[in-house]
Formats: sequence, C-alpha cells, structure tokens
Amino acid sequence: MTVRLKVNGAIRDLDVEPDAPLLWVIRDELGLTGTKFGCGIAACGACTVHVNGLAQRSCITPVSAVEGMDVTTIEGVSADGVTPVQQAWIDHQVPQCGYCQSGMIMAVTALLKTNPKPSDDDLKAAITNICRCGTYPRIRTAVRALTGQGA
Amino acid sequence: MATTRRMVLLGGASTAGALIVGYALWPSGRIARADKVMGSAREKFVTNWIRIAKDDTITVIVPHGDMGQGIFTALPQMAAEELDADWSKVGSEIAAPDSVFANGALAEGFVAHDYKFPGILQGTIDNSFRKIAEFMDLQITGGSSAVRFTGVYGLRVSAAAAREMLVKAAAARWHVSPDECSTKNNRVLHAASGKTLGYGELATEAARYDPSATPRLKPASEYKIIGRSFPRGDIPPKTNGTLTYGIDVKPDGLLYAAVKASPVFGGTLASVDEAPTLGKRGIVKIVKTDDAVIVVADRFWRAKDAVAALRPKFNDKGNGHVTSASIWTLFNKSLDDGVDSDVDTGKGDAGLRAKGARIVEADYRVPFLAHASMEPVNATALFRNGKLEVWAGTQDGLGTRAHCAKIADIGMDDVKFHQMPMGGSFGRKGQWSPNFLNYAVKAAMAVPGKPVKLIFTREEDMQQDYYRPAVVSRFKAALDDAGLPTTWSNAYTTDKKANDEAHIIYAVPNQAIGYKKIVSHVPLGQWRSVEASWHGFFVESFVDELAHAAGKDPLAYRQLLLKDKPRHLATLNLAAQKAGWGVRLPAGRARGIAIFESFQTVVAQVAEIEVGDDGALTVHRVTCAVDAGTAINPDGLKAQMEGGIIYGLSAAKNGEITLANGAVMQSNFPDYQVVQLADDPVIEVFVHNSDAPIGGGGEPGTPPIAPALTNAIYAATGVRIRELPIKNHSLTLKDRQSAGL
Repeated sequence: MTVRLKVNGAIRDLDVEPDAPLLWVIRDELGLTGTKFGCGIAACGACTVHVNGLAQRSCITPVSAVEGMDVTTIEGVSADGVTPVQQAWIDHQVPQCGYCQSGMIMAVTALLKTNPKPSDDDLKAAITNICRCGTYPRIRTAVRALTGQGA
Repeated sequence: MATTRRMVLLGGASTAGALIVGYALWPSGRIARADKVMGSAREKFVTNWIRIAKDDTITVIVPHGDMGQGIFTALPQMAAEELDADWSKVGSEIAAPDSVFANGALAEGFVAHDYKFPGILQGTIDNSFRKIAEFMDLQITGGSSAVRFTGVYGLRVSAAAAREMLVKAAAARWHVSPDECSTKNNRVLHAASGKTLGYGELATEAARYDPSATPRLKPASEYKIIGRSFPRGDIPPKTNGTLTYGIDVKPDGLLYAAVKASPVFGGTLASVDEAPTLGKRGIVKIVKTDDAVIVVADRFWRAKDAVAALRPKFNDKGNGHVTSASIWTLFNKSLDDGVDSDVDTGKGDAGLRAKGARIVEADYRVPFLAHASMEPVNATALFRNGKLEVWAGTQDGLGTRAHCAKIADIGMDDVKFHQMPMGGSFGRKGQWSPNFLNYAVKAAMAVPGKPVKLIFTREEDMQQDYYRPAVVSRFKAALDDAGLPTTWSNAYTTDKKANDEAHIIYAVPNQAIGYKKIVSHVPLGQWRSVEASWHGFFVESFVDELAHAAGKDPLAYRQLLLKDKPRHLATLNLAAQKAGWGVRLPAGRARGIAIFESFQTVVAQVAEIEVGDDGALTVHRVTCAVDAGTAINPDGLKAQMEGGIIYGLSAAKNGEITLANGAVMQSNFPDYQVVQLADDPVIEVFVHNSDAPIGGGGEPGTPPIAPALTNAIYAATGVRIRELPIKNHSLTLKDRQSAGL
C-alpha cells in the first residue's frame, strides 16, 4: 500500500499504513523533525502543520486524510528561511527552550492569513498551543508589533 | 549562606594551537583526601573552559545543558567582559570536556591556591574530571547555578587569567613590560609604541604561561558587556525547526521503542500477551525488564501501538492500596509523632504556651506535581562491540554518561554521550531521574549494533515521572500587642533532611522549626525551585495570615519585619510600588504580595486578580521585582522570571498529581491543565541590581507566585486557601456566602 503525500511542495509515495499518524510520517519517513511530538491527542499543538493553508494538528491526522492536499511544515513555511513571524520571534526574543515554537509559529502564521490584525482576544481564542516555558507574554508582544498594533 | 569553593585553574594548548584556560572547582571545603571524594555522593564538581583560537574566535565551552535558560549567552558575556573580547567573535558550545583535549595534551600549568588537592587530581590532569565524574554527583545544570557558580567562581577568573596570559605573550614579543599593555576588543595594545596584536595571533604563545589564580577582575563600573541584553544566539534555530533536540536525533539504521512501565511504583512485570503483535509490521523485538515492557520497532507509532496491544499486566508488590488520602494520613501522622529540630532560637516555641498568648495557627499542604516538559523524556542508545553511544537531552552530560555506563555494566571510557538541547526539563531530565535512560540502554542492549530511540508517550511521561514531593507544613505563631510575631513555630514533612528554605527572612526572636523525614512509594525528583516551591507558598501565606490577624496591611506588615534586611525591603518595595499597591482597584479586583529568596536571588511579586460571582479566577497582572545581584543579561533574566511565574502559576491554579490504587491518575494535558495564552496574565518584571553576589535566574521566579495569588484571593473573597491547587476550592459567591464570608 502506498500513500501519496505532498509535503512542502514535494510529492512522495510512501509505503505506510493509511492510518499512520501524519506527525510520525513527517518526522520519521520524511526526516522532517521540525514538527514536534508533545501529547499525541491534539491537546498541545506542538505538531501543528498547515493543510491547504489551514492549521491542523498532525498527531491525530491519519496520512490517508491528507492525500491530495498541500501539507506544509515549519521547514517549508518560508522560501528563504525567515518569515515575518519568525523574524518577530527573533526580534522579541520569544523562545526559551523552543520546543513548542514550531507549532506556535505555524498556528500564528495560519491565523494571520485570515486575520491580519488579531486583537488580544482573537489571539487568545485562536492560539491554544501549550508552552511550558511561559513565552506567552512575548508571543503577544511579537504579534502586536508584527501586525502594527503597537505595544 | 557562603560556601567555600576550591578551585584549580588549568591552562594549555590544544592540538590545534588554541589557548585553552579552564578551571575545575568543587564546593566543599571538606575535600582533602581521595577517599572523601569517592565517598561523598552529593559533592558538586563543575568545570568550564574557554578556547581562544588562532582565527581570533573565542568559544566558551559549557558543559551545561540548554533547556532555554539563556546561559549560552550569559556565560559568554561574563567571559567576554573579563577578556575584553570583541563580542561579535564570541560563541559558545556544549561539550563533553574530552572533546577539547582530544589527545589529552594539557600542559601542567595548573595553580594550586592554598588548599590540598584531592589525590584523584594529582598526576592525571587530562581526563581527571572524567574520572571524578564516576565518583561524584555531577549535577552540572540546575540549582540555578550556571551563572552564579560557573560564571562567578570560575569563568570570570579563567577569562581574566587568559587575558593576562595574552598580555604576557604580547609583551614578550615586544620586549616591554606587561604593565605597559592594555586590552580592547580582542587585541592587546601597547600605547607607547602604537603596536597591537590580536588574540588569535597570540593564542599559541600565551598558552605557555601559567594562568594566575588571582587575576585582576573588572569592577562593575568598567562593564561594557555584562549588563547588556544581547540577543541570544540560540534563538534563531528555535524559530525554524532546525534545532535538533534529543527526540530528533537520527543515527543511521535507527529503530524506535515505546515502553509501558508498572503503573504502581515498585511493581513488577507479570505478563504480556504477545499474540496480537505477531506478524505485525515492523516489530523487531519485545524486551521485558523487571518493571516494564519495551517494544522495539522500525517506526515509533508501530512500537507504541504494539505496547498497547501487549496488554501488559503487573504485580503491584504491595503498593496497590496507596491513595492520595492514605498519603496525607501517613504524612499527618508522622508530624503528630513529633519532628526533629532544625532551628531553635531564643526561647524556641515556649511563647506559644505563655499565659494569655495570642496564637495564630494554620496547616498547609501542597500535592505531588509532574514536570510536564513539552518534549517527553526520551533517549537514543546504540550498543555495539561492548561499547555504548547515547544521545539524550539531559541537564548533566557527564553524570548521565556515568549512569549509562553503570546500567550497561561497562567502564565510563566505553560510553560516548551526546548532550542534546532539551525541550524543557525543569529538573526532570538527568541521571537522578533515570528511567528513560535505563529503558533506552536496555532496549539497545537487546538489539546490539542498532541504535534505538526510546520515547515516552505523554501518558508515560506523566505517570512515570519523578514528582515534586507532596508536603504538609504546620505553623503556629504568637503575636505581641502590636500584632507582630514573637514566636514562630513550623513543622513540615520532607523526603530528605532539614530544608534551608524553611528558614525565614523575617525578624522573629523566638523560632522553632522542625522537620520530619517521611516518604511514600512515589518516586521523587527535582522540580523547578525544589524546596523553595513549597516553603515559598507556606511561609508567605502564613505571614499574610498573621498580617490580617494583626489588622495590618500585608505590605506594611512585611516592611516592619524586614527593617533589618535592606536588600529584601528594597525588592519588596519596588514590586509594591510598580504594582500600584494601595491604589484603589476596580470593584471585584484585589492584590496579593509575596517575597521569597532562593538560590541567592530575592524576588517579590504582586498578583492582581479578580474572582467572579461564578467563582472564576482571572489573574490580570503579575508585577515582579528581582534582585539577582548583577543581571548579566537583563532581558534574559526577565524571560526567566516570566517563565518561572507562569510555571508556578500553572501549579498553583491546577497542578495536582493524585493517586488511586497506587498509581497516578493523571495522564495528559486535559487532566493536568496548565496555563495557556488565554489565561496568561500581563507580567511586568523589574530588574534591580545590588552589591549582592550574583544569584540564580532559572528558578527564583517560581516560589512567590502561589502565595501572591492565594493572598490576593483572600483579599478579594475572604477565602484562605491553604491547600493547593486552587481549583479544588470553590470561590463562588454562593459558597462564600454559605461560609459566612
């Protein structure tokens, strides 16, 4: 059985079960380890990828569900390596351990596509990724600055 | 709490001609003989190295782990300051020290400084710290110690010593006195002649000199690099998925493993049903250990599914009856039976029995807590030809390596360890909490020649943790006519010995503090701020209760009791002033204050909260003042305060590990809720420098938040919470009214 995936623009035919979790296929079949494992039940968001531009938690997504769709991981979210969100993360020194930040950046990036100027309340409702290092205050600051909403 | 430090400075050349200066230091003044070194399990031994290469770059080689605490910038800042380095040429790397001395070629240029060497160091300087690692506890990262021990006691001295060696080398070349030379931006300068030489050019020659153990250190007035919030070099790879954590390593031929261990601690594996896994794709091996079953497979999800399909059964070995309630009963009874005295000043607790004494008493408790780092524990191990290679994110590279050698029953020389960055740790990832290392090594030994990456599921990570202890603490105080405490009595449970963190900063003339060692079957470990995480809550809650009993404002009350502690007073007042303490709040809002010193750093916090009629708690703002002596990188220190506050806030609001039938009940984030963006308060941190020695940054932000919060809840509602977490208490208006509040 093969599953045909399109990840970061590249098409791959993979010999995996249709119900193999997309997260682990990305990490261990494709070798793209930027997407992280945190909980396995879509509660933490560390595994967030984009499927046709929308944020989705890959740990509970069977690969068969995304055949024929565009899957984008943190590695593929930018052509040259630093998107405005990533630059804002650097400018405001957001990450500490950094483990949650791939998922966080993917979630914020997807949000900004549909809501370019999210209020604090919009952000709180949309970004439910867990960070144990406590980078939330800097995430708010970075998003506000990036979206021209001031301090 | 001064500690005598013993230090050895070593200097020499690497095989590449670079200048290397480093030090080995250990904290105890008692080490004089090799047998004492080998016998003591708790001595801490720290090494650090600076390499100045011929290409003019400077590398601070740090055997600390990266868990996001910013030390890979702060430590190089300290070295760069004393070296008068060009900051753009300074970097850092994690290292096992052996990699620096690949051929063991160290010049014997060490300097003794009026102490006796442990026998173990004499004669075998190269690799000496490796041998010491086999005998000593090498908790190298943790204890908020990287900046305050490594940086203060070793790194600055090594850097200053290196600078002087470079000056000597330049002076020798120019045939002038070193006194005529100065240094700036990676260069030695001779003002009179206008000559200059770069550090890189001088490195090899400088290595011929002996490093001085007493070089000139810069006074704070001359700082150009310390105290600046330079951006952290570790951040960009943390924004684009390129940083390799322990869980990401991919050696060739990698297999994966999942584990299920006995849910009841101390239990043993009784049986597994292998039938469902037969013929299943990718299963390589089923490994049974005395307390767990491990499945090795070609992919992690296949290993994980197989472990579940095996339906392992365990014998609980007698602890299957333990519950949270039974543990509280056990702990309370242990205190009822009496405690060992730790502090007994003035008349001790006699004042509690004085006629007409005005007594306030309260009992507190805090539950077990999990670490719940975002990266579940994991390790990758390869066992081949009797040798072991291990990759893991841990806080102590050398100690982990020594531990793995023991598990495999081989010599430490036969273990190669790669210390990887951690996706959070908070005290979890190290050989003091070794189950993930043990299972990975055992899995690797079952499939020799193939590397195995063993990953705990979130459920296993939560149920096979080494928990922050549950603690009971009882207080009694006698108040004088002004409402100030004249007697302070405290008795608490502990898993080890007397906790220094129970010692109070307040001026109370008669104190009796005692402890009772009592443990349950629950494995215990280090959790961010350790003993301070519970004593902070206990002490600052009780002081608040005393303030209210005395009818005094909680800030004013503390000010009275801290009048002989200017550093604490200044920090407390700064937090209060910035929080607007005393300024009227909108209806329904209230403030609580707390101050606690841990790891030599003083932190005061004010929590501003709101409690709805429906009992919903909103934490609007936390104002934090921190005095860590000198903040090396102020923004980095602020980030650690923010992180420490949010970590403690999660614990205070919802953190609770409970037991039923001897096993942990919680399994994943839904039943172990943590703070998210939606309920994160505004946090304002004010860094205040003082003349105090440099204190820690990673942990001291955590102890004050729980009491600041519960003190605020009291101010808002009259409900005094003495048992965390807060979620277990109803704050609804209805229930408050029923309680007469």
